[in-house]
Amino acid sequence: MTASTGTFTPAPRRAPMRTILRSQIRMELVLTARRGEAVVLAMGVPLLVLLGAGLTHATNLPTDDRLGYVVPGVLALTVMSTAFTGQAITTGYERSYGVLKRLGASPLTRPGLLFAKTAAILCLVGLQILALAAVGVVAGWRPDLTELLPAIGVTVLATAAYCGLALFIAGLMRPETVTAAATLIYVLMLAAGGIMFAAPGLGTAGWFLLPLAAHAEALRDTLTHGTAVPGTIWLSLTLWAVVALTAAARKFRWE
Amino acid sequence: MPERGVRHTAAVRGGSRPGGQYSFGMPEAAVDVQDVIVRYGEVTAVDGVSLTVPRASILALLGDNGAGKTSLLQVCEGFRKPDGGSVRILGLDPTGDHDALMPRLGIMLQSGGVYPWATAGEILRLFASYSANPLDVDMLLDRLGLRKFAKTTFRRLSGGEQQRLSLAVALVGRPELVFLDEPTAGMDVGARRTTWELVEDLRADGVSVLLTTHLLDEAESLADHVVIIDGGRVAATGTPAELTAAAGIDLLQVRAEPGLPIAALAAGLDAKVTEEAPGEYAVAGALDTDAIAAVLTRFAQAGARVTAVNTRRRTLEDVYLALTAGASR
Repeated sequence: MTASTGTFTPAPRRAPMRTILRSQIRMELVLTARRGEAVVLAMGVPLLVLLGAGLTHATNLPTDDRLGYVVPGVLALTVMSTAFTGQAITTGYERSYGVLKRLGASPLTRPGLLFAKTAAILCLVGLQILALAAVGVVAGWRPDLTELLPAIGVTVLATAAYCGLALFIAGLMRPETVTAAATLIYVLMLAAGGIMFAAPGLGTAGWFLLPLAAHAEALRDTLTHGTAVPGTIWLSLTLWAVVALTAAARKFRWE
Repeated sequence: MPERGVRHTAAVRGGSRPGGQYSFGMPEAAVDVQDVIVRYGEVTAVDGVSLTVPRASILALLGDNGAGKTSLLQVCEGFRKPDGGSVRILGLDPTGDHDALMPRLGIMLQSGGVYPWATAGEILRLFASYSANPLDVDMLLDRLGLRKFAKTTFRRLSGGEQQRLSLAVALVGRPELVFLDEPTAGMDVGARRTTWELVEDLRADGVSVLLTTHLLDEAESLADHVVIIDGGRVAATGTPAELTAAAGIDLLQVRAEPGLPIAALAAGLDAKVTEEAPGEYAVAGALDTDAIAAVLTRFAQAGARVTAVNTRRRTLEDVYLALTAGASR
């Protein structure tokens, strides 16, 4: 038997939760930045849509103010691509690699891991919105900032709803299937969500069926027209957030 | 074939606890598992297993693939609730007290568990940051021969390197108890030696270790206690010495002139005599001192001139094969 060297003498103590979460959030951001396809999906596609549909007459829009229509839609799209598509794919793979299971069984804890993921997503969403809005302004979009707070409010609600949906489907299927499903939904929403074409004429029902359309409309109302967010959109996004987070809480699997 | 007489050597469960000197002020065992059952649908993976890991000792859970080792470990690590029985880890409930327990445990999964796109250094530093008082990351990388891979992403490491990193991750928070699921799987001989020395250092410093393995030499050279698990049940428990000594000497090899009457040599003995080669006799059975004397008396009575006598004691491998072969094949 070897003599004690004292190197491994037990002295377990959890670091302050603030420290743990900070390093976890940094890790999440570093790894996202390292995945090229995630960056393209989150920034490249919205940028192309913004410039393509905003500056040319390639698509039919229900208004002549093309940038005023397209830029808020692109902001809504980037929230969905990061909080839903990117998040679902990442979470699906992390689950299959055993990362979620392993980190949940560390001093980080499961709630800590969820918190760090949410914070990293909010961080990313914030950065992307600022970058795309800046491109929009350079291209000629002139946002009205009088209704900025409600715009942030609906964006937080939409982010919560997308995160819930992402975790929900990541817990249901194999990662390959999650990737296919999340990408398909992204493309369908891009087409039908009122981003670069007019949304299907479903009236208020459309806002309940398509959270992306509701979010995009709310951002157009606030940022382009400086008007309040319609009550039905608040209701729709709140319902989506509650239902999605409840479904995620019920169905999410760590391994 | 040796019979299943070693079943009763249950030193692991009784009062003798070699780690007892460390338990002053913290009387609870590191791991206390009683009658645990784990089911996956119709399949019962763990069927009433009990074991105790005293503080500052190494217990090896030995069994074939599918014997229920990992399932039992999962219950101890709090990844799933047992379908029956009770589990106390450092005196706590691994699911109910999960968050309080986790900083005190070091967990090494059989595979995966870390970000494939992160580098070895990033991964170890991340886990170190969870702890208020972690081990020095560079020291640990050096100790496990991973320093030169610090900037290599996990997915580019070889299987053995990934294993060593997972071990480092389990240790970096200075845990009281570590769970190592097949810690040396995929390692080359050198890395295996390094790992064994590390595990021995852990015990010397007062860390308790529960490891699974299907390597008999690993169990025999490292463990204070071995629990052989087969088909979800405990087939035998004891120290490696107890397990191998339980049935005494098993094989007596006698050299004499060829063609002796086999039947006469075996008469009245609970042993099987064969002439394996001309003049080379093998006497197999549970042979104690009286039996060995009786065997040689029979040779003398047959008028044989014995020129050599060899005895062979069982290894853990013999015990293991005898215990697991009967049940599963």
